Amino acid sequence: MRIAGKGQGADAKTVNFTFNGRHLMGRAGETLAAALLANDIHLVARSFKYHRPRGILTAGSEEPNALVTLGAGPVQDPNQRATTQELYEGLEARSQNCWPSVEHDVMAVNNLAAPFLGAGFYYKTFMWPAAFWEKLYEPMIRRAAGLGALSGLADTDRYEKAYGFCDLLVVGAGPAGVMAALTAGRAGADVLLLEEDSCLGGRLLAEEEEIDGKPAQIWLQEAEAELQQLDNVRIMRRTAVTGAYDHGTYGALERVGHHLPRQHSLKGSQRPRECFWRIAAKHCILAAGAIERPVAFRNNDRPGIMMAGAVRAYLNRWGVAPGERVTLFSNNDDAHRTARDLVAAGVHLAAVIDSRHDAPDSDLYPVLKGAQVCNTSGSKRLESITVRSVRGEERIQSDCLAMSGGWNPSLHLTCHLNARPSWRRELLAFVPQVGAVPGMRAVGACNGSFSTHAALREGAAAADAVLAELGLRVTAAAQLPEAEDQPYRIAPLWAVPGKGRAWLDFQNDVTVKDVTQAADENFRSVEHMKRYTTQGMATDQGKNSNVAALAVLADVTGRSIPETGTTTFRPPFVPVAIGAMGAGAADQGFKPQRFVPSHLVAEERGASQLEVGLWYRAAYFPKPGETNWRQACDREIMSVRQSVGVCDVSTLGKIDIQGPDAAKLLDFVYTNTFSTLKQRRVRYGLMLREDGFVMDDGTCARLGDTHYVMTTTTAAAGEVMAHLEFITQVLHPEWDLRFTSVTENWAQFAIAGPKSRLLLNDLLDQPLAPADWPFMACGAVTVGGIQGRLFRISFSGEEAYELALPASYGDSLFRTLLERAEALGGGAYGMEALNVLRIEKGFVTHAEINGTVTAQDLGMQAMMSQTKDFIGKAMAQRPGLVAPDRMQLVGLKPIGAVQELSAGAHLFDPEAPVERIQDQGYVTSVGFSPLLGHMIALGFLKRGASRIGDEIRLVDHMRGIDALCQVVEPVFFDPEGERMRG
Amino acid sequence: MVDLLAKTACDGLAPLNIGTVCLREGPTVPMTTLAPYRGQQAALDAALQAAHGLGFPPIGGSCQSGDARALWFGRDLGLLMGIEPEATLAQYAALTDQSQGWAVMQLEGQGGEEVLARLCPVDLRLSAFGVGAALRTEARHMQASICRIEEDCFQIMVFRSMARTMYHDLKTAMEAWAARG
Repeated sequence: MRIAGKGQGADAKTVNFTFNGRHLMGRAGETLAAALLANDIHLVARSFKYHRPRGILTAGSEEPNALVTLGAGPVQDPNQRATTQELYEGLEARSQNCWPSVEHDVMAVNNLAAPFLGAGFYYKTFMWPAAFWEKLYEPMIRRAAGLGALSGLADTDRYEKAYGFCDLLVVGAGPAGVMAALTAGRAGADVLLLEEDSCLGGRLLAEEEEIDGKPAQIWLQEAEAELQQLDNVRIMRRTAVTGAYDHGTYGALERVGHHLPRQHSLKGSQRPRECFWRIAAKHCILAAGAIERPVAFRNNDRPGIMMAGAVRAYLNRWGVAPGERVTLFSNNDDAHRTARDLVAAGVHLAAVIDSRHDAPDSDLYPVLKGAQVCNTSGSKRLESITVRSVRGEERIQSDCLAMSGGWNPSLHLTCHLNARPSWRRELLAFVPQVGAVPGMRAVGACNGSFSTHAALREGAAAADAVLAELGLRVTAAAQLPEAEDQPYRIAPLWAVPGKGRAWLDFQNDVTVKDVTQAADENFRSVEHMKRYTTQGMATDQGKNSNVAALAVLADVTGRSIPETGTTTFRPPFVPVAIGAMGAGAADQGFKPQRFVPSHLVAEERGASQLEVGLWYRAAYFPKPGETNWRQACDREIMSVRQSVGVCDVSTLGKIDIQGPDAAKLLDFVYTNTFSTLKQRRVRYGLMLREDGFVMDDGTCARLGDTHYVMTTTTAAAGEVMAHLEFITQVLHPEWDLRFTSVTENWAQFAIAGPKSRLLLNDLLDQPLAPADWPFMACGAVTVGGIQGRLFRISFSGEEAYELALPASYGDSLFRTLLERAEALGGGAYGMEALNVLRIEKGFVTHAEINGTVTAQDLGMQAMMSQTKDFIGKAMAQRPGLVAPDRMQLVGLKPIGAVQELSAGAHLFDPEAPVERIQDQGYVTSVGFSPLLGHMIALGFLKRGASRIGDEIRLVDHMRGIDALCQVVEPVFFDPEGERMRG
Repeated sequence: MVDLLAKTACDGLAPLNIGTVCLREGPTVPMTTLAPYRGQQAALDAALQAAHGLGFPPIGGSCQSGDARALWFGRDLGLLMGIEPEATLAQYAALTDQSQGWAVMQLEGQGGEEVLARLCPVDLRLSAFGVGAALRTEARHMQASICRIEEDCFQIMVFRSMARTMYHDLKTAMEAWAARG
């Protein structure tokens, strides 16, 4: 019910929204909860387990009850708190966890079964039969219990991540935070002021009080105006700090788009829903305030029962009276402010029930001292309360009960690095330990200092201390504004004794009885109790219930509250959408895409792309009339074997090495010798890891006396670079050489086939003199006046060259090469053809160099120099690495009319049973050789080198392949290498 | 003789003007890494001064002289941009041509810092990262070089092959930043 003229947004414009399909009106800027109360809607949701009718309990992010779902389809947002969701034109909200409606929820039948659904019910009931758990029980429980649901569709909303840096992070913009920001900001510190609400003020927004002799709202406006004038102060509204981490870093969630209509404009679609911040702060002032805690009594969960502080917030901030006949139940003086404000606003206050015998009197309303609310009635809204005192029990008609069990400082962040809070007996609350998070100071209510004066004083003092540590001059101590400084008087009251269910954790439906039962069943540790009852394990993480639950546990176990201790507070402080944490990583954003210089040409020719690490490489280039990839692949292979093929090999790692000790590095990193390599020559090299297994292979060219360029495989380029860094920084820092990656600087193309030289002679500015260009030669060339490098190396077994030109010419060069190759009857070839060509020749890739093979396994023991040391040499001599029964590289060809072989298949003796322990080896690479007319394979076979000619059985359980093969030498074509040397 | 056409790293990626920030490809200039040999950094610094009027860049910084700029580019590594280095420098340092290896973009206008804050986990506030400051960092998942070449203009470099991803990520961040206003 709206109170005319009351509230800070009295002149705000009217906005239309719907709740469960009902068209309603509210004020711009207010929360959905305020608008619902203004429209006299109290039943908002159903509870998690018992499907009890629930209303609005709080006015902040700690809300356990009033969760709603916004939007539908891909942008459906479940579990949005009505108490933080701001109203906007066209907002559509609906209740969740109820069917068919929140008014008539079939699952409310659970409430009748409540006696059976207590703590540990699932654990005890669904133990047997074990197989039923996954199939029956879990789905059943999941359907019955729960909060909002996801749409099941991919989220089309945008999310964002960002990094922030500051001298001082102020968490919370209540009086303490604002005062801290003002003090530090005036002195020139770089301040980041974060406030989870839509406006600055904190509790001041909810209270009627004066600061500096003027209404608190005016003081706030002036302070905000001053902060906005300061360039060194950044204010972030709707931003909650979610976690404190090592070294002064903090996570924070900014709600960027939740309060705005989903526009169908371009801008609207580009606006992120949430932004997840990672903030590095030299200092932090925690001014997070406090959260009022409920009192547990029978049926304390009915719609209409609210926190006393929340009632003040709705009344003072939004001009809404949550009831027509309000009652108040408390154990502390602070809650009496609610009574005073209600009376001042003309709301009928039926009674104040205070559990203390020495509660303050009032002329304005009756105070029942030493009395407790012991029960309530009303089905979908509170109708009456029952009050118990020395006079017995009496019923009072009331549609709204404001309750307060005192305040819990919001110290969560101070515990994120594992510190435990300390108990302050006179406050009946935990407060943060000093130094709990290095660089963080807690001030104001979250430090247990509840008056506005104390908040202002502590905020200013903490800022002064920060400024001193930053070495900034503290400006002449500004006069601290005057403000209320009432003492905080409270007496213990956690749970009202009596029968029936008294709720502690509203969100997870945990009652006093559940905690008692947990203790009875010996779950006496607070951490065990939490897990047994699920108290504090819902989306509110027990903000409202933790302290009361452990107080009840302390009581039933006969221990004090500090002895009982708290559960562990963990990030995030407020729920964070997974979309925000994974912002930018959806779809292709998960990793960068690397494109080769010829990518556009390949795309134009309809090439299918293959992902190789981050790179995209053309798999094959289909021609009209080809209906499957094999046709294209076979054609490309034959063009290389018969005329000339062109392939982009720019992705291979290229490392430029220069300096007097360059050769020393190469001798040390390769198993074979490079210091003897002549200039203008290339050599194939093998690298081992420290442990003696093969790391990578490739070629290395000597361009000058002290200048080499090393080529690595595409897959291991980064690993080799790191390996070289390790050697030169750690093992041999005394060597004088430098190296740098030039992979990206060059577009490099393999030109392979019997007509490759013909093509090149026509293309190069100077034709190749045969004497200068034997196999494994290299040197400078020019193409159209552009300086390039040519290497006569072959990965196909044909006479082949690799031509490198500056990357900017890659596109143009590839087009030219294709044009000329096609004129010679050849053309482009992709990774599929490249793979078959190299299998035909028995050349290895990382399919074979899989981290478990030695040089010997590959048949490359001759490349292990006996005359020098190299990385991995010693470890490669270990008995296990030279054992004669190791698996060795072999070729495999099918016997008979076998259609298919597969990589990943395992090898067995034809007579032996196909069992794991009979495993003789495995297949690493396969391909169809159009030259040979059948499939060929490479693989590793126990004692393979001595089994050439044997029959072996190839079995792939996954693909259902079972084929008899002959073991052959791992080279199927031109074993003498005459074609490539030719 | 064939006639080959050069394409820049950002070929096909249109300049962007979104809100107050614009993104465009930097000018095509020679780029050479300067890696001083053991104990040669001071000699290289002097030789650079003599040859090109700028020194070897300090860690996290850059030097400028006319069109030439030397960026700090990593451990004991500088990147000379805008001019070809004199051949005599090769006695002090390994000189490696990188002119084609990097995509160079410029992000200009009010809010550039905010856009980059969405991509890079480093402090780019003017107070910490002034004009001329240069560092190597991560931009999303790419390793990048960032330099503040003017108060409201950043130079962003990533591997040439990643130009499209960098452009996409910058565009997304620029759009999101502009959509907040």
